[in-house]
Amino acid sequence: MKMPCPDDAVIADRVALVRGLRGVSDSVIDDPAELAAYASDGLTAYSQLPLAVVLPRTTADVAAILTYCHAVGIKVVPRGSGTSLSGGALPLADGIVLGLGRFNRILDIDLANRCAVVQPGVTNLAISHAVAGDGFYYAPDPSSQIACSIGGNVAENAGGVHCLKYGMTSNNLLGVELVLMTGEIVRLGGKALDGAGYDLLGIVCGSEGLLGVVTEVTVRILPKPECQRALLLGFSTMVAAAECVAAIIGDGIIPAAIEIMDRPAIHAAEAFVHAGYPLDVEALMIVEVDGTPAEVDHLIAVVDALALVNGATTIQASTSDIERTLFWAGRKAAFPAVGRIASDYYCVDGTIPRRTLPAVLTAITAIAAARGLSVANVFHAGDGNLHPLILYDGDVPGQLEAAEAVGAAILEECVRVGGVLTGEHGVGVEKRDLMLRQFTAVDLAQQTAIKCAFDDRNLLNPGKVFPELCRCAEMGRVHVHRGATRFPELPRF
Amino acid sequence: MTTIHADTADTVADAVREAYDAGRRLEVVGTGSRCGYGRPVDADAVLDVSGLSGIVDYDPAELVLTARPGTPIAEITALVAGHGQHLSFDPPDLAPLWGGASGSGTLGGMLGLGLGGSRRVSAGGPRDHFLGFAAVNGRGEHFSAGGKVIKNVTGYDLPKLLAGSLGTLAVLTEVTIKVLPAPRAAATLTWFGLGDRAAIAAMTRALNSPMVLQAAAHVPAACGACADGVRAVTRLHLAGVPVAVAANAANLADLLGDFGVPETIHDAEAIWRDLGGVERFTKPGEIVWRIVLPPSAAAAFTAALNPASNPRWFYDWGGGLVWVILPDAADGHAEMVRTALAATAGADGHATLIRAPDAVRRAVAPFQPLAPALAALSDRVRQRFDPGGVLNPGRIWATS
Repeated sequence: MKMPCPDDAVIADRVALVRGLRGVSDSVIDDPAELAAYASDGLTAYSQLPLAVVLPRTTADVAAILTYCHAVGIKVVPRGSGTSLSGGALPLADGIVLGLGRFNRILDIDLANRCAVVQPGVTNLAISHAVAGDGFYYAPDPSSQIACSIGGNVAENAGGVHCLKYGMTSNNLLGVELVLMTGEIVRLGGKALDGAGYDLLGIVCGSEGLLGVVTEVTVRILPKPECQRALLLGFSTMVAAAECVAAIIGDGIIPAAIEIMDRPAIHAAEAFVHAGYPLDVEALMIVEVDGTPAEVDHLIAVVDALALVNGATTIQASTSDIERTLFWAGRKAAFPAVGRIASDYYCVDGTIPRRTLPAVLTAITAIAAARGLSVANVFHAGDGNLHPLILYDGDVPGQLEAAEAVGAAILEECVRVGGVLTGEHGVGVEKRDLMLRQFTAVDLAQQTAIKCAFDDRNLLNPGKVFPELCRCAEMGRVHVHRGATRFPELPRF
Repeated sequence: MTTIHADTADTVADAVREAYDAGRRLEVVGTGSRCGYGRPVDADAVLDVSGLSGIVDYDPAELVLTARPGTPIAEITALVAGHGQHLSFDPPDLAPLWGGASGSGTLGGMLGLGLGGSRRVSAGGPRDHFLGFAAVNGRGEHFSAGGKVIKNVTGYDLPKLLAGSLGTLAVLTEVTIKVLPAPRAAATLTWFGLGDRAAIAAMTRALNSPMVLQAAAHVPAACGACADGVRAVTRLHLAGVPVAVAANAANLADLLGDFGVPETIHDAEAIWRDLGGVERFTKPGEIVWRIVLPPSAAAAFTAALNPASNPRWFYDWGGGLVWVILPDAADGHAEMVRTALAATAGADGHATLIRAPDAVRRAVAPFQPLAPALAALSDRVRQRFDPGGVLNPGRIWATS
């Protein structure tokens, strides 16, 4: 993986840069030991020390820092909690990191308008906690929600297991305050359901930090469903499980979540958390429904019947929240569970048309086997978002490269069957060089033209999302494995 | 004025490229059902893309549908209804508001306007269901964005930007939208005689409950076209599986017991069609404004309208959308409406002049003026799609 050529003159002038930044900010970090904490995000295969880190407290601070960097031509990488799985917050050797961690206040909970106004460093889960007492929650629930920031969610258009029914971040976002690279401040949207003018909020969400720095976020909050129940369904073939998903949706039901795990994932999860999963099945499905009690009981009965018709060999309906949580425990621990059976794993994030699921899973197994690797599959089955976990041993020379090659081949297969490179993790640096597999050069030129409208000097998070012509520096690669992953405490699903 | 008929993506590209090279400006139209929306376009020729029509792919189990933009909405809703599905964002049939025939709108026109219907409050708007497209930019280049799957974050989410851009950024040649199962049962509970503030309080309490309302609207008595022509009506819509609708209807009646006993209507489709379409509430020649604002500001906003202007209004989206109907006037009552909105909703609201004579829409900015930095940014974005100002110039903002 290559990044844009660092500007040696900028690197050589680091002392002057730090002095200049201190002129506009009182929170500049330049001690290499402290900078090390910012060298990677959740994609730990890559690491790079930035020239400096700045931790502003106010929108005016952000505007002053960006104005300065724009004037002197310094690249800026915005960063929330640094939990990106695609390298969105990977620093640049000739740039600074702008950390939004100090923007950690909830500014306004407005129940009459069903929204909350928060600073971007507030964690996803903190929003739900702040409104829980009033019977509300914030719907998007990426697996890293205890740590990931809402600003990062906006940058990545984060999803989660419940986005089949409740949508992604962009469907739950009402407004942002955005500082452009020039230091100009604009407000997009607000507390109303739609904003005025072009829907720039729609492209800022998911822009991976390339268009502006978000300094305030207004999100919709929803009344919490009264009741949630889950079904645990086992199938003797993946084809039967896929057909059951189609049958559920074909019957007019959009469950809150539909998750599937394959045999290797089931065994790894069961060995790890003892959720009581059946071990004699090829596919295990969790279907969660929510709503009022009458609705939930009805839907559980309908899905139960559909599962039976579609050949489910195990059918268990949760009768308590404790049981429902247990069903989820294995699924939510699937990533670390897989980490126990292989020294390293590499997670892929393509989306496919659901009808191609069995064929794509067969292809994934073959792609990995051809490189001598195996794969455990977990996926958000309702929306066709795959998370194959490619198992490898980083101590064996060549296996990391093989795993990355397998990941790329899997994503190419996703695109070939009509799907996309990333369903929720973002392009970042990880899938950047695959963009031309999904888009034409003209498609990408139109997208980068939009970046120019926001950031005409290409100073904000360059080298992410879009392949660039100038790539000459091989990224330093830090190999982290055997459980020593970044954020080991975070669930990943 | 010349009309160029384009019925393939390539003929669209050829027409736009030729116009770009020659410095000609195009008004892009489908069936023309929504040409009364926005500013009158300052064009040298018309590019008619209504022939770019037809369903390309529809697999109900995948929840996606791909079609050419000239496809009539009515054809799409009929097709998906045959498979028990619907467009959950409920695109309103606004064509009659501008004198067109009911049901004459196209898919591309609906996305180009980007206006959500009554279920915007629960299901989102067109933007939320617009997954991907192929289009031709202002230089006549084919490009595409988004995808044909329901979950995708690959690249900028350009479908959202194109929704509501009124054909000023690109000419759509193929679009993919999300479709969803249609509910099996529905019920609309109606309360009578509530004042505006009480009605918004009732709608807010209902929308803030776990009852999952689909839509919530309030029509004051003065707006006419009510159930009995005299009393205000407040309508809350539930939909879903029959057992849930029945249970929620009972719960909702209890929850709002202090507002009276509601009447329940099980076949309220026509009522919601009228509320979304607005035309039923207007008389020929009247001015129509559409105001999007936080629901808590809605009653204060209508109270701030000058009674001497004889305004009538009704609320949708639980108060988050207000339709204001006024007698014809040379300035379209723009200053009166925008002053009232600024005083009550600040920067959180925006007002759009939806219907007025051409001369009024040319004289008055029909869309909310943007703050200078945002206006400049928006124009830079537009220029990156259409550097020659070929596509629908002047439709949103007056060209300088």
